[in-house]
Amino acid sequence: MSHHLLEFKDVRFRYPDGTEALKGVSFLITHGESVGIVGANGAGKSTVLLHMNGHLLPTSGTVNVGEVPLRKETRSEIRRKVGVVFQNPDDQLFMPTVFDDVAFGPLNLGMPPDRVRERVHEALRQVNALALADKPPHHLSGGEKSAVAIATVIAMKPDILVMDEPAASLDPKSRRSVIGLLNSFAHSKIVASHDLDLILDVCARCLVIRGGVIVADGPASEILSDAMLLAENNLELPLTLQGRPGRAGREGARQ
Amino acid sequence: MGFETAYSGIGRLDRLSYRDTAVHRLDPRAKVVATLLFVVVVVSFPKYEVLSLLPFFLFPILIGALGDIPAGFIAKKVVAVSPFAVFVGIFNPLFDPLTVAIAPGVSISAGWVSFASILVKFALTISAALLLIATTSFPGICRGLRRLGLPAIFVSQLLFLYRYLFVLMEEAIRVVRARDMRSFGKRGGGMRVFVRIVGTLFLRTVERAERIYGAMLARGFRGDVPSMRRETFRPSDAFFLLAAGGFFALCRVVPVPQTIGRLVRGFAG
Repeated sequence: MSHHLLEFKDVRFRYPDGTEALKGVSFLITHGESVGIVGANGAGKSTVLLHMNGHLLPTSGTVNVGEVPLRKETRSEIRRKVGVVFQNPDDQLFMPTVFDDVAFGPLNLGMPPDRVRERVHEALRQVNALALADKPPHHLSGGEKSAVAIATVIAMKPDILVMDEPAASLDPKSRRSVIGLLNSFAHSKIVASHDLDLILDVCARCLVIRGGVIVADGPASEILSDAMLLAENNLELPLTLQGRPGRAGREGARQ
Repeated sequence: MGFETAYSGIGRLDRLSYRDTAVHRLDPRAKVVATLLFVVVVVSFPKYEVLSLLPFFLFPILIGALGDIPAGFIAKKVVAVSPFAVFVGIFNPLFDPLTVAIAPGVSISAGWVSFASILVKFALTISAALLLIATTSFPGICRGLRRLGLPAIFVSQLLFLYRYLFVLMEEAIRVVRARDMRSFGKRGGGMRVFVRIVGTLFLRTVERAERIYGAMLARGFRGDVPSMRRETFRPSDAFFLLAAGGFFALCRVVPVPQTIGRLVRGFAG
């Protein structure tokens, strides 16, 4: 299934104001992998994500999605393969009702109305939000908005699901249900987050970015238990690994 | 703060529009057309007409009652915007001092009559418009307008306005709150701070617009906002439109209160 590959080859990117955000990023993500991307504020996480569906184009180096190299002309093809869930659901949900919002992508893909309706129902059922279909987004709670934002992207059936802080500012129960949701997808998943417990729960592999380069790449359980490495990157051990008194800390380090 | 009250007012109007009553279920097109007809007919009355306008109150009263919309809420909104109408008509009694007899032995200046006419027309049209919004979801109105032939670009604009009005207002409330929290009842530096707040909000809006556009592109946006809602114009919608139109026409042609008065007097005599 080589078409589910995502490859960055020595990607460099300079913002118009001269800031060099990426200084040679290389990695390969294969079919069905779940990968966390962590790093300090300003390390380049968001810039990497914005390259994944061609919102930004590399200044030099290449990004390949399947066999398709990312270029201006291939952007819309790549956007079909890579679905990005942005951090703020209010930016993601721009249509007047939940149904219309989830239908937006499939309709733009040119699907006939019957199929679109099916897709919308399927996507909303997957995130347990079928009952919200006719509501306007501003009547939803934060957790509901996040779930629907994910549905808008999975309705397009992308090969690769990319998420920026999927559980930021959610209450613990909503966060837990988003984690359950992410674990239920068979897609290739890429999750950028400061919520290291979430990464530990969802991702098998973890990349650490610092100063525009990848400084570590390996199994999430190893990387996220390396206190030194984490500290160098303004991060901390996930709470489940901190072994506080009264907590079953070590058992939390599940694979 | 005035701002937060205004926000909750809009929010309440919006929530009302998602109820499920016979009026809410009518096709948005039928309601939009009926409301437009109503406004045109009411405004078409001559400027000294007051009595003949009164039967028209039946329309908003019926819509409000059947749509389960609290009358007090609508009345309050009408009063809140009434200064506009008052200012339009307040000088009529001065400029139009001709006296007319309104009842045997009672005569007042014609300006008062035209002023009253303006107020009645205003109350009728505003309450009808508010009730349209309170009984039809905004997206429904937009779809109705689209299918009545309004160009897609205007409809998209209206939809985005609706979607982000609430986001923007909440953002403004947060900024204003943060200012008030540290200005100790002094309205925080007055105009200069206010101007900066507006600037900040503008910049945030621009940034948000960019992010939204990015999210739209990520889902295949190519310049057209698709919709697949297809309301069907049912017999009940046609009936509503015909009944409303017929009622307006009747009240426009026949001076109902006077006719009733004449009939009553006829019986008495």
